[in-house]
Amino acid sequence: MGQALAFYKTLYRQFDQERTARGDKQKIIVQVGSATCENAAGADQVRQEFDKLIRASGRQDILLKQTGCTGRCAREPIVGVFFPGQIPIKYEQVTPNKVQEIFQHHVIGGKPIPNLILDKKTDTLYSYVVTMCSSHRCSHENAQDSEEMLKRLLCSHNIAEDLVRIFHSGCLGLCPKEKVGKQHVMMVFPERTLYRFETEEDLDEIVKSHFVDHQVNVKHRYHTDFITEQFFSMYGDVAFFNKQTRLTLRNSGLIDPESLPEYVLNKGYEALAQVLETNDPDAVRQTILKSGLRGRGGGGFPTGQKWINAVTYTDDPIRYVVCNADEGDPGAFMDRSALEGDPFIVLEGMTIGAVAVGARQGYIYIRAEYPLAIERLEKAIATAHKHRLLGKNILDSGLNFDIEIRLGAGAFVCGEETALIYSIEGKRGQPRIRPPYPTQSGLWGHPTVINNVETWANVPTIMLYGADWFSRIGTKNSRGTKVFALAGKVLNTGLVEVPMGTRLRDIIFDIGGGLREGHTLKAVQTGGPSGGCIPADRLDTMVEYETLSEIGSIMGSGGMIVLDDEDCMVATSKFFLEFTQSESCGKCVPCREGTLRMLEILERITQGKGEMADLDKLRRLGKLIQKTSLCGLGQTAPNPVLSALENFTEEFIIHIRDKRCPAHKCTQLIRYEIDIDKCTGCTLCARRCPVSCIAGAARQPHVIDQSRCIKCSECYNVCKFDAVRRT
Amino acid sequence: MSAESNQHLDSETIAFMDACLQKEHPKSYLIAVLHKIQQRYGYLSQAHMDQVAQHMQIPTSIISGVSTFYHFFRLQPRGKFSISICLGTACFVKGADKVLDAFRTELGIELGETTPDGLFSLESSRCLGVCALAPVVTINDKIYSKVTAKQVPELLNSVKAAAID
Repeated sequence: MGQALAFYKTLYRQFDQERTARGDKQKIIVQVGSATCENAAGADQVRQEFDKLIRASGRQDILLKQTGCTGRCAREPIVGVFFPGQIPIKYEQVTPNKVQEIFQHHVIGGKPIPNLILDKKTDTLYSYVVTMCSSHRCSHENAQDSEEMLKRLLCSHNIAEDLVRIFHSGCLGLCPKEKVGKQHVMMVFPERTLYRFETEEDLDEIVKSHFVDHQVNVKHRYHTDFITEQFFSMYGDVAFFNKQTRLTLRNSGLIDPESLPEYVLNKGYEALAQVLETNDPDAVRQTILKSGLRGRGGGGFPTGQKWINAVTYTDDPIRYVVCNADEGDPGAFMDRSALEGDPFIVLEGMTIGAVAVGARQGYIYIRAEYPLAIERLEKAIATAHKHRLLGKNILDSGLNFDIEIRLGAGAFVCGEETALIYSIEGKRGQPRIRPPYPTQSGLWGHPTVINNVETWANVPTIMLYGADWFSRIGTKNSRGTKVFALAGKVLNTGLVEVPMGTRLRDIIFDIGGGLREGHTLKAVQTGGPSGGCIPADRLDTMVEYETLSEIGSIMGSGGMIVLDDEDCMVATSKFFLEFTQSESCGKCVPCREGTLRMLEILERITQGKGEMADLDKLRRLGKLIQKTSLCGLGQTAPNPVLSALENFTEEFIIHIRDKRCPAHKCTQLIRYEIDIDKCTGCTLCARRCPVSCIAGAARQPHVIDQSRCIKCSECYNVCKFDAVRRT
Repeated sequence: MSAESNQHLDSETIAFMDACLQKEHPKSYLIAVLHKIQQRYGYLSQAHMDQVAQHMQIPTSIISGVSTFYHFFRLQPRGKFSISICLGTACFVKGADKVLDAFRTELGIELGETTPDGLFSLESSRCLGVCALAPVVTINDKIYSKVTAKQVPELLNSVKAAAID
C-alpha cells in the first residue's frame, strides 16, 4: 500500500491539465439540466437547440454541458449561463423558443434576460448579492440582527439599498466548535468572497473595503475549501437553494454526472485515496461511528455500528456491501435524483465501505422503473473501471472490489433488507424474521452491509472532512443533513437538503415558497406509506429521527407531501393503505389480512356507510398489525391511518356522522345542487352534463336529478354564475 | 407479437443466459433474464419461461413464483401503446384518479386490459419519482407531465395520429 494517494494525484493532475488545455475555465458555460424530470419537462429539446445554435455560431469559447437535477423540479428545464467572474444566471422553464432569445441576448450579447431568470427575477439587477449564514443552531434572531447590522452599515456608507440583495443561508458547516453561535459567515457575490466576523466593527471594516473601496478585506477574508462551496457559489443567490446545506447533493446540478474528470476535480475520490493510503479499516469504521451518521433510508440505525457488527460477530472472510436504491415510497424521488445527478459519489462511498468491512463485491439494488439512473450508474461503473477506481488493484493499492447492478422488478417490500437479499439472489422478495441480521447472515449466508443511497453518499464527505466536522451539522442525536423530496401542494416542489433540526415550517415556507394563494396548509405527510401526517399546528417541529417519531410520523427515506385544505385526510390515509395492502407480500397474516380489513373499513367510511364503532376498530386493528407483523412494511402500514385518526378525529367523525367530506374529495359524499336564485337558466351545465341529469328550460332555474348524478363536478366547474353549490 | 413469443428465444437472450451461467451464483440472475425477455418481447410468455427453466436448470415452479411476485413482469401481451398512469402520492393528491377515469371512459377498458384493436393498454404504475410534475402519464416510456382529465382525448388522438404517420 501507500500508492493510492500518488495515483490519485496523478489522476487529478491529468484531468486538471486536460481542462486547462481545453481552456474550460475561460469559457462561457451553458448548462442544461438532464434528469428524468428535466427530460420530461423538455430539457432534451432545449439542449439540442443550444447545440445547434452554438455550432452555427462557430464560437469555440462556449461550452455546452449537461448536469443532473438541481432539485428545482417545478421550474424545469433549468438552464444556467455562466460567464467567468460574473453572478451565475439560471433560467427557468426554458422552452426551445426561449433558447434563441437567451442565446442571442445573453450568451452572445452578454445581457441577461431578467424576466426569464429563476425565481427572483430581479436578482441580477443588484450589483452585489450577500448570503449570510443563519443556521437554526446559531438561532434565527442572531441572523436578523446581523442583517440589520449590515443594512445599517451600508446605509452609513451611503451605499444604496437596492444595490445589495441580502439572503440567508442554511448552515455552511464552517465554524470551529468553540466559535459556534458566536461568529457570522457571509459570502459576497459576484466575487464569491467569504468573510467571517464577530463584531459590528469587524463588519464595518468589511463593508468599507469591499463595498466602498472595492477591495477584498484580507483581514476578515476566510480561506477554506468547504465542501459545498462550489454548489453554493453557483446557486447561493437563489432563495430556494441558499437555505439548504448540500452535502450529498453538492454535485447535483453542478457537474456532468457522466464525467469522471468533473467529479474528481470537485474533490471526488480524494477520500478513497486517503482511506486506501492509510489502510486502517478499523479507523474508517470508528470515524463513521463517531460522526453520528444514521441510516438515511428511514430506519436511522447508526451506520458505523452496522459496519462494526459486520466484522465483529463472524470471521467469515466473504462479505458484501449493498446499496439499497429500491426507492419505492410513492412521493419520493431523492435516490433517483441523487443517482442521476452524481453516481460516482455512491460508488466512492461503497468502495470506502468495502475497505471498512473487507468486502470484495458490492451490489446496487435499484428499481427497474428508473432507466436513466441505471444507465448513468452503468456508465459510471464502466468509467471507474477504466481509471482503476473499481475492479482489480484499485488506485494501485492492492484492493480488489467490484460493483454490480441488480434490478428490482416492482415490489415495494424489496426495500426491506431481508427481502432485498432474496431478490438479489433471484428469488421472491419475501422478508424473513430477524435476527440473524444481514450483518451476520446476508447474501448467500455471508455478512452483508446494506445502506441506502443517501447514506453511502455521505461517506466520502465524512472521511474527507472528519467525524467532528460532520457532527457539528445537525442536532445531538441526528447529525448531518437529510434530503427531502418536497411535493404536493407546495409552490416550489423539488429536492431539498437541509441540516437535521431544521423546522418543517422553514422547509415548506422558506424553501418551498408556501402554498398557492388562498389555500391553507392542512398537514405534512412524511415517511410515505410507513409514516404519518403532521398537522399544521405542529409545523415548528424539528426534522429529527426521534422528534418525528414522537409525534406519530417518521423521518422515512425523505418523502414530504404537503396537503392543503382541499385534501381529505380519510381519503389520503386510505390511499396509503391501498398501497401497502397491495404491496403486502402475503407471508404473514396480520399484514395480509389486517391491512385488507382496515382498508374495507376506510372504504365504508368514504362511501358514507361508516359507523362510529369503526373508529375504535381501526385503532385496535392498527395497533395489532403494528405489534404482530413480520417485517417493517406491516409494522408501519397502519401509521398513516392511525396518525390521521389521532390528529384529524373530527374529520373522520364528519364523514361518518354527517356523511360529508369537508374537503370535497370523497366523491360519494359530495352533493351538487343548483341555487335557484342564482341560476340564470343559461343551459350550459345541462348541455355539459355527461349523464344528462340536469333538467330545466332556457332562462328557467335548472335542477339536478340526484339519483342519476355521477358527481363528476362538470356543472360546478362550468357555471359562470356560481349557481352550483357543492356540499 | 404473440406469434413471435411462441418461438424460441432469440440468440441474444440465450447468449445472455449463457454468460450468466458462467458467473458466480448463476441462479441469482433469474430476474435479470426475465427483464431481458420482457424488454425484447414485451411480456413473459409461458413458452419462454419454460425455455429459461430448461436452459438455466431452474424449476418452472420457481420461475412462475418469481414472475408472478413482481409487479413489473407482465404475463399478457400488451397493446401497441401502453398507457401507464402514475398513482403515486403526489399524483394522487394532484388528481391522478380523475385522469385514470378519463382514460377508462375514453378507451372503454379497465386497468390491465387492452383495447380490442390491440392499440392501447391501460396500466397503473407505482411512483415514477417525477412527483414535481404530477400527475404524470407514460405512454411507451415517454413521460407526459401535469396531465389533466380534459387533455386525455386530445392526447390519445395525437398518439393515434403519430402512429398513422
